[in-house]
Formats: sequence, structure tokens, C-alpha cells
Amino acid sequence: MLHIPILRKGTPYRSVETETAVHYRTREPFVEYSRANTGLVQRDLNSQGEAHKILSAFTVAELMEISKRAGKHFGDDELPLGDSLQSPQQYVESVSATTGLPWVMVRRNMTKIRGVMEEIETVLRGLTRLPDLELLDRGHGRVDGNAVSFYPRGHSLGVILPSNSPGVHALWVPAIAMKTPLVLKPGSSEPWSPYRIAQAFIKAGLPKEVFGYYPTGHAGGGEILRRCGRGMLFGDVGAAKAWQGDPRIEIHGPGYSKIIIGADQADNWEKYLDVMVESIVQNSGRSCVNASSIWVTKHSREIADALAQRLAKVTPREESDPQAEIAPFANPDVARRLSSVIDGDMDSDVTDATAKYRDGSRVAEYQNCTYLLPTILHVNSAEHALANREFLFPFATVVEVKNDELPEVCGPTLVATALTSDQQLINRMLASPHIGRLNVGPLSTMKISWDQPHEGNLFDHLYARRAFQMAS
Amino acid sequence: MSTTLNAKKAVAKKALDAHVRKIVGWHFDPDTGSPFWLNFAKQKKWDPRKDVKCYEDLERFGNFQDEWLRGGPVRKWVPKAYANSPISIFETGGSTGVPKARINVNDFRTDYENFSDTLPDKFFPKGANWLSLGPTGPRRLRMAVEHLCQHRGGICFMVDLDPRWVIKLLRRGQIQEAELYKSHVVDQGLTLLKAHDINCMFTTPKLLEAICEKVSLKKLGIKGIFCGGTEMTPQFHRFAVEELLDGIYFAPTYGNTLMGLATHKAPTKEDNWAIIYYPPAPRAILEVVDPDKTDNLVEYGATGRVRLTTLTKEFFVPRFLERDECEREAPCDQYPWDGVRNVRPFSRFQKNVVEGVY
Repeated sequence: MLHIPILRKGTPYRSVETETAVHYRTREPFVEYSRANTGLVQRDLNSQGEAHKILSAFTVAELMEISKRAGKHFGDDELPLGDSLQSPQQYVESVSATTGLPWVMVRRNMTKIRGVMEEIETVLRGLTRLPDLELLDRGHGRVDGNAVSFYPRGHSLGVILPSNSPGVHALWVPAIAMKTPLVLKPGSSEPWSPYRIAQAFIKAGLPKEVFGYYPTGHAGGGEILRRCGRGMLFGDVGAAKAWQGDPRIEIHGPGYSKIIIGADQADNWEKYLDVMVESIVQNSGRSCVNASSIWVTKHSREIADALAQRLAKVTPREESDPQAEIAPFANPDVARRLSSVIDGDMDSDVTDATAKYRDGSRVAEYQNCTYLLPTILHVNSAEHALANREFLFPFATVVEVKNDELPEVCGPTLVATALTSDQQLINRMLASPHIGRLNVGPLSTMKISWDQPHEGNLFDHLYARRAFQMAS
Repeated sequence: MSTTLNAKKAVAKKALDAHVRKIVGWHFDPDTGSPFWLNFAKQKKWDPRKDVKCYEDLERFGNFQDEWLRGGPVRKWVPKAYANSPISIFETGGSTGVPKARINVNDFRTDYENFSDTLPDKFFPKGANWLSLGPTGPRRLRMAVEHLCQHRGGICFMVDLDPRWVIKLLRRGQIQEAELYKSHVVDQGLTLLKAHDINCMFTTPKLLEAICEKVSLKKLGIKGIFCGGTEMTPQFHRFAVEELLDGIYFAPTYGNTLMGLATHKAPTKEDNWAIIYYPPAPRAILEVVDPDKTDNLVEYGATGRVRLTTLTKEFFVPRFLERDECEREAPCDQYPWDGVRNVRPFSRFQKNVVEGVY
């Protein structure tokens, strides 16, 4: 069986302890990877400064060139994977095998990652807002005639990665061009992408020492976050809660992204149906930027019914089918448990609008795989336990509220698409501390512009500005 | 399997059966037995003293219920023969609720003296001073490590650690507090190591990692480390030997309050850093059973749940299902009875529900 080693400062290390990720269809082990013990992670992180010194010797311009070449290698080339090589198609099939994502979705995510690597200059300019990126090499410079100076907040960025979808890797990849070494803990079912990204950078000329790749347990992940100067965590509700309030850690927990239709547009809801469907279904509902609820001031039952009719047409397909829209669960038990969680909170205030349009239950079997079919719930009250939930499949609630309750009633929202021309409502949304990313107009919540900050700005996370004066 | 090993196994089994008869006879004799077991026997239609003739006959007791060890009166466990002896209480568990408790007179001394015979004098020199950096309080280690050191002619320095507090901090998500507490413990150990002539140590895997981040134990004069108290993985074993200890002798152990101390088999290349323990038979027996049919042993090499039987005159615990799992290890020349490989927490007790995408 293929074995993926740990990378200790870029050098492969085969652990005595291994884990396997299974193929979602056969449930047979598909890949084995080394598992790092916590002490090993701790020991390696004691010398993070060395990797930082290596990257500091490069200019941002040089690192951007490396990043661009790495993007090409990532998308087009065979790259080392353990003792063998992995082609781009093998990468697509491997990610699909252990996460269940259909090939078309993996390719879409692959394009997204490659895009960030190749468009790194645009990304960096968007994140830094600096006209002259050499300023990061010098440590100081002038912007609009004013002196500015930045310093790195830490010697490395530790990232605890998820397994749900590889698109999230686009968020941390720019760290390299910002001279920040990476310490990566891959998701248990998705060891592929971070390893391949690291190999692409190494092939493009980046010294291997700037990459740590540590498949490890919960405790090992905790050490990465504790010991790296800066951290990034992708995690579920419980994992995110443990690190809330730690300014060193940028948390990417559940998004609870939403579409909000203002009273002024309530009667026009039908023309926004495509945006709603795309926001709920794209990437099989696995992203934090997928809409998990629709907030409206009227017509909630009609909207729920219309969405249910549209989503009932989404059914399981072959992994290689370019039309595939939903992914099976790599672990069937997870699908059943999530469905039980939903059913457990159902009561007379909630209607499963999709139930009458599908044959059989929400949990579906297709070619020996388990799926959760798209689910739209109509929920009578914003306070209901199901009103503001997020699950790992196309799931959304439709909730009816009063216009003047918006957006406060919606709670924390990573992406809000506001379908309204009501300037007062837009102003309230602009002023809301609970909305991370605001789309005004019919834009899918999934439409991401990578030069915009996403749950925090990576540059602001990695660098701080200091006061600076220099005698002329 | 060699004829010699078969012969050794037969001798060991015969000794075990004889020991079982002796221990059951003792605990169920009204003149020497404990109130708990005497009362137990009264409620049965069979007589342990007559009906238990070999180890396998302990099946009649069913599985020992760990609830029996929670709560008092604790004197119910004291054999009448020891009624006037000084009694110690050793506890296990107790992070929440009532801990399990066992009484002890001299068992810990016997266990650790036997264990002492397995330690090489070159690395655990007779007369050397020790540092015990690990759990104390109501645990047997509080007295056992000091006794081991004294038995070998040394003086033992102690730093206490309250694992229940650590567990509480971790459950509350107060990781930083837990780290500070760990540093507090390690710093005390370092102070002692720098101030005194100490050559041997007991510590837990986590504390060993933590202390080795700060100093070279070898440079501080440590020659041998006896490590235990929590799960140890093969990778930790390798990491400790290859990267932490720089030639210091590493003696991993598996022990608990109910059993005593299982000794580590000297590692071979074929073991690939697996940690293999053998119980101190006939005083304690470890078996690996099918978690769903706990009367059935699994095959050698197969995974199952650990079942412990303790057979001393102070304490009788037949067929106690531990919260651990492992692989069943075949007897070897040094230990011609079943052992356990790579003991770790029982996986069925560890379930999480994940909600939310990210």
C-alpha cells in the first residue's frame, strides 16, 4: 500500500505508528500515512527559527516566482508522493477515493489552489494593500508618503487542516510568499493536498526545510497551534471553541453562511432561486461558504417548496461523472449520525420540505456508498434549534423573520448574500460585527475573491505594523 | 515453539494452578479471608475452596465488577489475617466521581522488589539516588517508586503531580493552565536534578518529553529511566530511545493499582519498537479477550480487551475487564505465559460526533 511519510523540515520520516484512510466505496484501506507522536512535533518546533531564516533570505519577488512555478507543477506535473510519483489525475482520483468528492469537484478545488499559487501577486497585493511588495523585504518603506514598517508576528504558521474539501488550502498557500514557513497537520481523510502543495513548491526551488507535514492526533495538533507563532485552525464546533479568544489562532469553524432576502425583494424571490440553489449545493455543501439558511420576511413556505423541488433532482452519480453534484460520505456512520441529529431536533415547528419530493429517506445508498440527499427544512422560528445549523451536505433551512430583525437575528455569518435594495438594511449589515463577508446583490455565497480577506486577512495575521521613523 | 519453551509453559501453568488454589483457599477461609469474598461465597451454591482447582475454574466468578471497588466500607476488602496490619489505600480513576480503591499491606513492596530484579545494575546502579517525577497522592506510585529506590540502596527525591487536576483542566479546555502545571512539575524536577547526585528516574512519557526539551538528562547524570503511568506507543518508544535519551537505559512498564507491575520484554529488531509486557505471574495474569465474548481469548497477535486477574494474599480480583486494548502476545523463554503488546485505551470508549463544516 502507498505510504505517505511525515516531513520533518522537509525530510521524509517513516513513523512506527501509521494510520490508514479508506476508500469511500470499498471501505478498504487506500493509503497509509505515518503518524507523528506529540513529542516529535514538539521537538521539531523548537527550532522553527531556522526555517524562518531560510525564507527570510528570499525576496518576496523571488518567492512569488517560485509560487507561480509551483502552481504549474501542482496542476500539471508528476510530483513525489512517498516513494513514488503522483500525476495530476492520480491526485484527483486519490482525493476522491478518501473524501468521496466526485472528480469534477476535486478538479474545481485543484484549479482554485493552482489559481492562488499562480495569481499570488494579485493575492498579495489584495491582502497587503501595499503598492510596493519589496517593502516586506526591507521591513519598511513609504505608502502615500507615509512611513510604514511591518514585522512578522511569528516564525511559522501552523495549520490544522480539514478533510472535507481541498479548496481551503488556497487560504494558507500565500504564507510562503509572505516569508512564513508552514507546519501542516493534514486532515485524516485528506493527506494528499498539503503534501502535493509542499512538493510543488520544493520542485519550484523552495528549500524543503520550510515545510513541516505532521499527520498527528489531537494532542499533536494542539502542540502545532501552541508552538507556532501563528496558527490557523479548520475545525468543527468543538475544536473551534477550544481556541476561541486566542489571537494567535485564526479559526475557520462552521460558516453558517446565509442568503438574506429583504422585504423589498420578498416578492421577487423566484428570480433568486438559482443563486440560492448554487449557494446550497455547490461543492456538495461541504464548504463553510455554502449557504445553510435562507432568511426571508415572507413566502418562506413557497421558497422552501421551490428549493426542495429543485434539489430533489440532485441525485448520486458516478464519481467520474462531470454532472455529479453530491458526494458520498467516506464514513457511512457519519451520514447516519448527522441525519439522526437532524431528525432528533425535528418537531411540529419544522417541516422537511424535501421529504415529499424524494423517494425514500434522506440517507441514500448508491453503488454501495452512503449519501445524504439535499435537505431543505422550513423552520417557523429563528430561535428553533435547527434554524441556524450547518452540516456536511447540501442542507439549508428557510426561516421567516421580520425585516427590522435583520441581520441581528441571523447570528454569526461567514458569508451573507443580501438580496435587497433597502439601504437601511444594507447599512445594518455593513455595521454588523457578525458578518464576515458581505455580498450585496445576487452573488452566490460560494463566489470567492481571493484578494479579499476570508475569516481574517492572512497578511494581518502574519504581520503587524510598527511605528517607524528614520532620520533623513 | 521449542520443546524447552513448552516445558517452561507447563511448569508455569502448574505453578499458576497451585497458586490459584492457595489464594482462593486463603480468601475464602473464614479464618483468613476478607468480608467481601466470604459474603460473596455465602450467596453462591458452590464453594470456591472446593470447586476452584485450576486457573480456568475462576470462570465461575464471572467478570469482576469495577463498581465493587467504589465506596466503602473499605475494610470489607481486608483479609482477616491482615486485620491488625497497617493498611494503605491505593486509588485508580477518580477524575470524576468516586475512585476505585484497593487495600494494600505489602504487595507493592513485593511487586517492586520483583521488578527491581529485572533492572540492569549498570544503568540503575545499586545505591544510586532516584527522582520520582510523576503521579503521587492516592496512587501506588507514591510509595512504590520510593520503595524501589530504597530497596536498591538509594534515596528517592519526589515531585508530586495530580493527574486528576490535569484531566479536569483538559476537559475544561484550559490547555494553557495544564501546560503551566506541567512546567511547574518539570521545573521542580530540574531543580532537584541540578542540585543533587541523581542517576535514576521514574517519570511518565509526557513528563519525559517535557523535561528532555529543556535539558540533556544524560548530561545531568541520569543512567536509567523507568517510565510508565500512561499509555506508551511504539513510536514514543522509538522516539525516546533515538531522540530523547542519548543512550540512557529505557525501561517502559505497564502497571496499575489492581495488578502490580508488568515487566517490559527486552526489545528485538523484529518487535519494531512494539512494547511488550508480561505480567508478574502467578501473582497477576493478563489475558486478551474478545470484547464481545469476554469468556473467549483472542488468537495470538489479534486485538482484544485486556482482562486482569490478581492473585495475592492481600487482594483477589478475578477476571477484571480493563479499559485497555492490545494484541495478545505469545509466551517467551523469559516469561512462559501470555503477554500483552502495545496496550492502549479501549477504542470503543472513544466516540465523537462532529457537527459543522469548515
